[in-house]
Amino acid sequence: MKFKTKYPGPWVDIDKTELLTSDVGDWRYRSPEVEKSKCSHCGQCYLYCPTGCIEDKGPYFEANLAFCKGCGICAKVCPIEAIKMTTGGK
Amino acid sequence: MKEIRLHGRGGQGVVMASEILAVAFVTEGKYATAFPSFGTERRGAPVRAFLRIDDKPIREITQIYNPDCLLLADPFFQNVADVYDGLKPGGILVMNSQVSVENKPHENVTCLGFVDATRIALEEINRPSTNTCLAGTFAATTRYLNLASIELALENFFNGKALEGNIRCARRGFAEAGIIKF
Amino acid sequence: MGATAGGEIKVLSGNQAAAKAAVLCQPDVVAAYPITPQSEVVEELSKFYAEGALQAEFVEVEGEHSAMSVLIGASSSGGRTFSATSSHGLLSMFEAYFYASTLRLPIVMAHVCRELAAPNTVLCSQQDILTMRDAGWIQIHCASCQEILDSIIMGYRLAEDPDILLPVNICYDGHYLSHFSARVEVPDQTDVVTFLPEKDLRECRLDPDKPMMQAPYLGGKLFTEYRYKHCMAMQNALPEIDYIDGEFQKSFGRSYGGLIEEYRNEDAEIVLVALGSAASTAKAVIDLKRDEGVKVGLVRIRCFRPFPCDRLEKALRGVKAIGVIDRDVCFGWNMGIVFMELRSLLNRSQINLPMVNFIAGLSGADINIENIGRAINDIQQVSRGGSDREVTWLDLE
Repeated sequence: MKFKTKYPGPWVDIDKTELLTSDVGDWRYRSPEVEKSKCSHCGQCYLYCPTGCIEDKGPYFEANLAFCKGCGICAKVCPIEAIKMTTGGK
Repeated sequence: MKEIRLHGRGGQGVVMASEILAVAFVTEGKYATAFPSFGTERRGAPVRAFLRIDDKPIREITQIYNPDCLLLADPFFQNVADVYDGLKPGGILVMNSQVSVENKPHENVTCLGFVDATRIALEEINRPSTNTCLAGTFAATTRYLNLASIELALENFFNGKALEGNIRCARRGFAEAGIIKF
Repeated sequence: MGATAGGEIKVLSGNQAAAKAAVLCQPDVVAAYPITPQSEVVEELSKFYAEGALQAEFVEVEGEHSAMSVLIGASSSGGRTFSATSSHGLLSMFEAYFYASTLRLPIVMAHVCRELAAPNTVLCSQQDILTMRDAGWIQIHCASCQEILDSIIMGYRLAEDPDILLPVNICYDGHYLSHFSARVEVPDQTDVVTFLPEKDLRECRLDPDKPMMQAPYLGGKLFTEYRYKHCMAMQNALPEIDYIDGEFQKSFGRSYGGLIEEYRNEDAEIVLVALGSAASTAKAVIDLKRDEGVKVGLVRIRCFRPFPCDRLEKALRGVKAIGVIDRDVCFGWNMGIVFMELRSLLNRSQINLPMVNFIAGLSGADINIENIGRAINDIQQVSRGGSDREVTWLDLE
């Protein structure tokens, strides 16, 4: 019998991305848009993001759209409402 | 093969007695097995232990129903009929008794060894653990093994002052045993 | 004797023998939670640890689920691990227990066989471990303190074999073996190290320098491959268990027959099948019956998982009747678990012969010479076509 899996037990080499879920960005119907000049760099959006896709760009935080599912939590927790959920944007 | 059943109460060291004797027999090059049967584990509850000895490996892993020898750690048990269940004719009885025994406690007993183990234990180790004293009496009565083997075995269970005290108990149990043949 | 000369004679209980064996195998991590009648194993391991004889991480856990979880972590990192449990402890860790085998971790765990409540009890039966037969662990059943010690050593060699990589339970009866003291030869530490494979040679490990992912989320087809491989590994274990038994004989002078032990079975007309301590007592009864002219033999199943189909089939082919002692019940089939499995085997092998089941020894009830004698009489009667009763509850009738 030929197996697709490599090892006797359920262990996978870390570079075998076919078994890892990726690129969930396709699931979104709304995307977070950050008002970069308004961002106070408090980091709440970074802490709350369930997929952990928000990245520290230096002066502001921004979602990595390859992994962002568009849940809107970042917009909800931003204390100064610097994030808006907009339709479109891939 | 010889089967020995030990009866006592929780706290009298009956289980340890069976283990001490097992070790003693093994030091003489024999095979021995020992295990306890408990009711609820607490001080004062009836405890039985089962000891088997043989020159070849022992396969029986079951309680003893027809003992060749009975060992009673508590004087109370000599009057309990159940204790003698299954004792083989020609049986040997080893018991802790405060008073001198004259009569056969059961028809199948042909040899009896008794000693005031409680008093000896209190004198030598300051507690009523009669096991090591009765081990000595067992050796004297049955002649299944040597007292020296018991003293050697005790080193596996005690050290220091406790070892010395228990060796004295075993020696006194051996020397002061009253042995009656019926 | 064939053996290395290094053994030391001691009197040990089953629990003490298990602890001693674990120390000799030099585990890296030990985690266990006490439960009657296994507690002495943990106590002995603590003593060895305090003395420095056990050079392992001895992790104090708050329950069996944690104990197995700790071992999963340690074993996943390439460590050699040991634990012990019994009945409700096994149930408490079941989630992790199933995880351990399906992750293919070579954990060795002593299992003291005890009844499952209710009614309440702490006494012997094999209900606990036989009920867990489908958790993917290898299961070896012992019938003496010496066998417990030796089987744990053999267990590590079996578990860590790269074609097997499965956890192993070394099982022995509660009180009847756990608290049973007997003459045991303890092998020399160096000889045990020589007998066992080198540690930490596994390909699949958690290693920061070579990261791997463990237990990914998988759908049907890929998931199924791993179940298939697990079953294959169980089958690989069958000849390996016999082989390791032979190697143990060469190194230490003792052998247990591998997957099954046969006693006076060569010319037997009727056979008694049993597991554990009762099988040891049965040998004495078989000798008594043989003296009376009854051609009875014993087959003791040592390895219950994987089920030793071929060796059992060979051992049972050609006899006139079989009796099986079950120290457990199979709810739903109105018989014992071992009997049910044997029925299945004989059907598969197309061997059609009268079989009768004896349920006995539950919650510490003594399986004694008289009971076994009755059982053999019944098997004899059945071989002559005398009875069509399938199951006898020996302690009730």
